[in-house]
Amino acid sequence: MSYISKPQVTHPGLPRNRLGLAQRDYEGAVSTLCAGCGHDSVTAAIIQAVFELDIEPHRLAKMSGIGCSSKTPTYFVSESHGFNAVHGRMPSVTTGANAANRELQYIGVSGDGDSLSIGVGQFVHAIRRNLNMAYIIENNGVYGLTKGQFSASADIGSKPKKGLPNQQEPIDPVSTALSLGATYIGRSFSGDKDQLVPMIKGAFLHDGFALVDVISPCVTFNDHEGSTKSYAHTRQFYHHVVDMDFIPPAEEIKASYDEGSAMPIELHGGSKIVLRKVDKQYDPTSRAKAFKYLREHFNAGEIITGLLYINEGRPSMHDLMGNVDTPLAHLPLDSLRPSEGELARILKGYR
Amino acid sequence: MAAVNDIVIRIATVNGTGSASANGLLTKAIFRMGVPVVGKNFFPSNIQGLPTWYEIRVTGDGYQSRSNRTDLMVAMNAQTYAKDMAEVTPGGWLLYDSTWPRSQLLNRTDITVLGIPFSKICNERFEGVRTRILLKNIAYVGAIAALLDLDLDVITELLEETFGEKKHLVASNMEAIRLGYDYVKENFSCPLPARVEPMDATEDQIVIDGNTAAALGCVYAGATVGAWYPITPSTSLMDAFRSFCAKYRVDPETDKRTYAIIQAEDELAAIGMVLGATWMGARAFTPTSGPGISLMTESIGLAYYAELPAVIFNVQRTGPSTGMPTRTQQADILSCAYASHGDTKHVLLFPADPAECFTTAVQAFDLAERLQTPVMVLSDLDIGMNDWVVPAFEWDESYVPDRGKVLSAEDLEKVDSFYRYLDIDGDGIPYRTLPGVHPKGSYFTRGSGHTKLGRYTEDGDEYQDVMDRLLVKWETARSLVPEPEIQYSKFNKAAILTVGSGNGACKEALDRLSSKNIGLNYCRVRAFPFSESVKGFIEKHEVVYVVEQNRDAQLKTLLILDSGADPAKLVSLLHYNGVPLNAGFVVERVCEEIAKGRAA
Repeated sequence: MSYISKPQVTHPGLPRNRLGLAQRDYEGAVSTLCAGCGHDSVTAAIIQAVFELDIEPHRLAKMSGIGCSSKTPTYFVSESHGFNAVHGRMPSVTTGANAANRELQYIGVSGDGDSLSIGVGQFVHAIRRNLNMAYIIENNGVYGLTKGQFSASADIGSKPKKGLPNQQEPIDPVSTALSLGATYIGRSFSGDKDQLVPMIKGAFLHDGFALVDVISPCVTFNDHEGSTKSYAHTRQFYHHVVDMDFIPPAEEIKASYDEGSAMPIELHGGSKIVLRKVDKQYDPTSRAKAFKYLREHFNAGEIITGLLYINEGRPSMHDLMGNVDTPLAHLPLDSLRPSEGELARILKGYR
Repeated sequence: MAAVNDIVIRIATVNGTGSASANGLLTKAIFRMGVPVVGKNFFPSNIQGLPTWYEIRVTGDGYQSRSNRTDLMVAMNAQTYAKDMAEVTPGGWLLYDSTWPRSQLLNRTDITVLGIPFSKICNERFEGVRTRILLKNIAYVGAIAALLDLDLDVITELLEETFGEKKHLVASNMEAIRLGYDYVKENFSCPLPARVEPMDATEDQIVIDGNTAAALGCVYAGATVGAWYPITPSTSLMDAFRSFCAKYRVDPETDKRTYAIIQAEDELAAIGMVLGATWMGARAFTPTSGPGISLMTESIGLAYYAELPAVIFNVQRTGPSTGMPTRTQQADILSCAYASHGDTKHVLLFPADPAECFTTAVQAFDLAERLQTPVMVLSDLDIGMNDWVVPAFEWDESYVPDRGKVLSAEDLEKVDSFYRYLDIDGDGIPYRTLPGVHPKGSYFTRGSGHTKLGRYTEDGDEYQDVMDRLLVKWETARSLVPEPEIQYSKFNKAAILTVGSGNGACKEALDRLSSKNIGLNYCRVRAFPFSESVKGFIEKHEVVYVVEQNRDAQLKTLLILDSGADPAKLVSLLHYNGVPLNAGFVVERVCEEIAKGRAA
């Protein structure tokens, strides 16, 4: 609930994108999350990504379910259409919206409870359909609004503020998405904007299901010593294995990259990303190798970040279904009916 | 008692043996002879090997419900022979496969038993186990044709239409029919006194099931997104939609489709997809049955409160829980009317037969978009999956869809600002915008508390303001939904009131009661909320027999809740064993009530 509204004035000297909008124009209502919440940093990264991609605010659909993370679409791009669905059901609503209108940009913001517990079924099936959307999980291992219960992404041995450490195996959204054939999978940290912003931009422009799992610490319920989703723990154990640069369409790759570590990939619509492999052995185009690498490093207690897998070759939902390019919602109804007199011919079959 | 063009044939077989084709062939043959017919399938929740029955009622009077007689039993299933024999109405006939002897102990002297060695004659003539099983069932069509005097040319014509170019199949099927036909002609005196005589009562009629009809309605309404999870007995609705779309919704030049059928992971997702699609402005629907409605309930509440159109077909089956998936009932009336937690109520439409499934489907999309709310079409297994003879559908080419209050880019260009939940017109229906159309149209769709401006709120007054306006919309819905079907007799004290598939049996019951000099008026409700005329109808009578197919008098409950009907006037006649209602039940129960001193 926002009690404070932001001033409406934008300084004339602020940089503007190709639509003539300043980054301020992509902001939303004032966040009501706890001070220091990782989610607010993710919101800031989304704002920057959408601004830099020159997305028209009203052509963006912001989708969410229920939970702290799902509140955040109110805090960015207030000129966009938002849909705050019921708990765990954002993926299905987005599937239907996208089926009806393939032209908009879809971003879903979810949490580890919304996507890995109550909504795990919808999360995995949206991946199977290769739904064209950017799917952000703000992952903090804990339920905030109900005050501190473990979520399905809590690591074994992670300590709660009160009570006993978690003993159940965590669901890792990245390896889950990898096993299901998601076509763009990244993991980052809310405190690492340099990594996060290009990853979100790539997620928008990727044609298919783009998962960005962001470790986003909960300062109130899961930032203490013994938590494996705290700021301190994440900073200590996270490793970049693949960094990425985002190159807009028609721009040249200007930076010089090390031979053998740079991997340019062209996205749908002409943008490029250049992957910079920090660990040269890592292969972000092989599901099997990526899975093995992630598992080994997870077992060693490391948090592996970067764009961990990409496959630009698999058709997304509409192409799999063979749909027309015009959004189905925009087709005039009279064009959808059999021609005049056809009903009588159809009914002859029922004589 | 059976007579010319008034015969009930009951065919007992094993499911998965091709008997459905044989039974369909018989039904169509009688229909093509111009004689009205009712086909009812009684089938197990199973793929192969369990008992199944098909009942064909030849009804020159054109009644639409089943009869509780069995004039001719075709007992092809040894497993159920004893039960089947016991069911034959005295004076009737039983036909069985005499290849193997049946116990003489079971014999009845009040019926005529006809033995035909179907297996023997088919095994002598045809090769292969599967072929023999299939054609044995076709052979009984021939036997019945001889007994009832069916036109073999009509049967040949139907086989030719079914198999088309596969001439060898026409030949083998026709040969099997001949085997049964000739055996009966040689061994028994034909036709039976109860026989079929050609009429011309089916000229403008078709034989169709409600799910196919509803699917065709969706095509004509311009639905583009269908999301579903397979569930009996609604599955054939999406199957039919898919096959119509394959024919009418694929661009011949580009091979691209103008429809999206999404098989969801469950009904939770199916309804979510529908809401996402209607939010974008598409006409979207989901077909389901009771268990699916239970799962969809939370999102139905979201659609009610966020004011999103949705069309949900609930082809009701016998509950509760898994219940009897292949049996019929009307026991989801209350759970649909008030689906979801919190104060919600939903528009329900009740088609009575496949013809109304077609028109109601189109109406449902119009109402859902006009009212910006979920509209549930409550059909049932009897309507959805059985073959009905109904007037051929007509399509009015001048039909203009009602897309409701949607602001276009041009509309938005003209306004200073847009607020989602304002009641500008006083009918409780706000204006909406579609995402991506215009920057001024943006708003946040949410299931959490919101103000009339569309903003999040936890303020009691602001919350209540929206909830109260939804009640205004409910009254608008009452004025827009289809009116009941009402018939007056020359008497005016008592009436029958029913819903949906109860229509056929109740109308036949009215005729039968009338011949006993009991005249009742009639009201069939077609929608919830109930229009004023339903209330007025009940008020006019001393007693109203409410006939419905559930245990708990759900329609009666709803009448009391929504139309303020006097509970003392409403007498429930409840039929809920999973078998479609028949007129005999209604007549018997009304007569019992009259005997107790109720008004007639």
